[in-house]
Amino acid sequence: MTKLAVATIRSRPIAPATMRRVAQRVPLHLTVWVVMAIWLIPTLGLIVNSFRSVADMGQAGWWTALFPPHGLTFESYQRVLDTPNVATSFVNSLLITIPATVIQVTIATMAGYGFAWMRFPGRDIFFIVIVGLMVVPIQMTLIPVLRLFAATGLAGSFVAVWLAHTGYGLPFQVYLLRNAIGGLPREIFESAEIDGANHVQRFWRIAVPMALPAIASLVIFVFLGVWNDLLVALTFMGSSPNRPLTVVITGLVTSLGGGWQFLTAAAVLQMALPLAVFLFLQRYFVRGITSGGVKG
Amino acid sequence: MDSRLLTAIGAAVGIPLVIGGYIYLTERLLSLLSVRRQTQIRPYVWVMPAIAFAAVFMVLPTINTIVLSFMDKTSTRFVGLDNYIYFFTNSETLGALKNNVFWLVFFTGFVVIGGLLIAVIFDRIKYESLAKTAVFLPLPISAVAASIIWKFMYDFQPPGTVQTGTLNAIIGTVGFSPVAWLINSTTNNPALIFVGIWTATGFAMVIISASLKAISSELLEAARLDGANELQVLRMVVTPLLMPTITVVATTMVIIALKVFDIVYVLTAGAYSTDVIARQLFARLANTDYGRGGAVGVVLLIAVIPLLLLNIRRFRQQEEIR
Repeated sequence: MTKLAVATIRSRPIAPATMRRVAQRVPLHLTVWVVMAIWLIPTLGLIVNSFRSVADMGQAGWWTALFPPHGLTFESYQRVLDTPNVATSFVNSLLITIPATVIQVTIATMAGYGFAWMRFPGRDIFFIVIVGLMVVPIQMTLIPVLRLFAATGLAGSFVAVWLAHTGYGLPFQVYLLRNAIGGLPREIFESAEIDGANHVQRFWRIAVPMALPAIASLVIFVFLGVWNDLLVALTFMGSSPNRPLTVVITGLVTSLGGGWQFLTAAAVLQMALPLAVFLFLQRYFVRGITSGGVKG
Repeated sequence: MDSRLLTAIGAAVGIPLVIGGYIYLTERLLSLLSVRRQTQIRPYVWVMPAIAFAAVFMVLPTINTIVLSFMDKTSTRFVGLDNYIYFFTNSETLGALKNNVFWLVFFTGFVVIGGLLIAVIFDRIKYESLAKTAVFLPLPISAVAASIIWKFMYDFQPPGTVQTGTLNAIIGTVGFSPVAWLINSTTNNPALIFVGIWTATGFAMVIISASLKAISSELLEAARLDGANELQVLRMVVTPLLMPTITVVATTMVIIALKVFDIVYVLTAGAYSTDVIARQLFARLANTDYGRGGAVGVVLLIAVIPLLLLNIRRFRQQEEIR
């Protein structure tokens, strides 16, 4: 009896309304799918092409490989890895990125704590300079810094690029961490002080553990920023054997007039690490962006 | 490989040693002082490395570049405003400046409006996070890799041959003849700017979407009950509420537009009238023409000064709320 009543109610008046609702939402879903396609297809095309032979790439578009005969091959990867400097430059990229990230984030965390929980004359002025520096284009500094490196014999070395990245990245990071560490509850720091904890202890036992999510997203950000950098490495390393993957790939793109197609594989190698970081740590990544963006 | 291995070991051991040593040594030195002195000096110990880096790599070089811009090529002779006169009379630099204005207007406009619309549209679907991931995906991709991705999208073959570039293949199926996107002077700047839009829209979308979620749904419901249609709700309720966020996103995009380098350098190297200021500066630097390069830098700096002041003002306002 009740079952029947429910069935009649469901089947009669609601069904056409639902149909209309679904029909109304078709344009919405269509828009969503078009937007997704615009953003996904270029990358998909590159990845598919990286598994095709250079000859195939010249004869037909990447989409033909989606249907048999696929003709997939590792030829481009083989060729890229055989190209002088490519494999070494991948290692170089790691040797540049990891230390540069560690140096920057450590110094920025210390300064962030200092600006947030220590009182000293000039604090506000220094910090406003830092806020202003976030906007200054690094191009403004390239010539003098290059001359400084040339004069000190550091040009082309790993140390030069670590230091340069640190200098350029610090203003934003100090700003972000000062806000993150300064946003922690004051009572905790005050009671720790009353219990006799000095600044080093308060820093290691309270500030760092509590601000760890912010620090983690910053690490991801700095890592990707340095890994993907072209300008700093191009300027301070030029043709040094220590140059990273981005510089080597760019050199190949501009020097190979034709036949550059096998560089698809190089591009995939270059973006594999950032994409993996992004896919596995998406939550931190997004949080890093929103906290940095919305607050700053 | 040997020197690289050495570097790796050196970095792994040396960097923690230097940073740990700095904290340890300065604390030891401080402990020799009176407690009052310690509280006076300790803060500087903590913030000094960051300030020193900012001074050596940002502040002093910026001042130095300003000085260099009034000197000749090798920085030996004072030439007054010559480098600026050159900048504002030379067709190459003026063309680059014009392109930066294009970037500024269209890149910023499309990223902000696109990010807003996409955030609003995606807010209405169940598979929102999946859709967002798609738009967000180009963000971790370097400009170098993105340029290679788009080299394939824009690839051009002479008419009559098979079009392997995605865009030319698509317009070919509807009967248009292929376009040399990156060479044709009406399409090349928009094509480059679109690569930028493609990489940055995800950033705008994520930030705007986060603020969008913070708007109370009752407020929107009230507007709808008062008879506002969806477009009116978006224009008159949502957009004003999102304005602070939109301003932040827009300033970030303006800075990116002014500094744009990688995409142009990799895809066209500034040829076919696609040059931008940052690449001009790099070219002068590569030529060791420090005077003219310096002048290009100063023009760039002047362009960001309004943003710099805006940033500081906004920071001050936030501090008052804290």
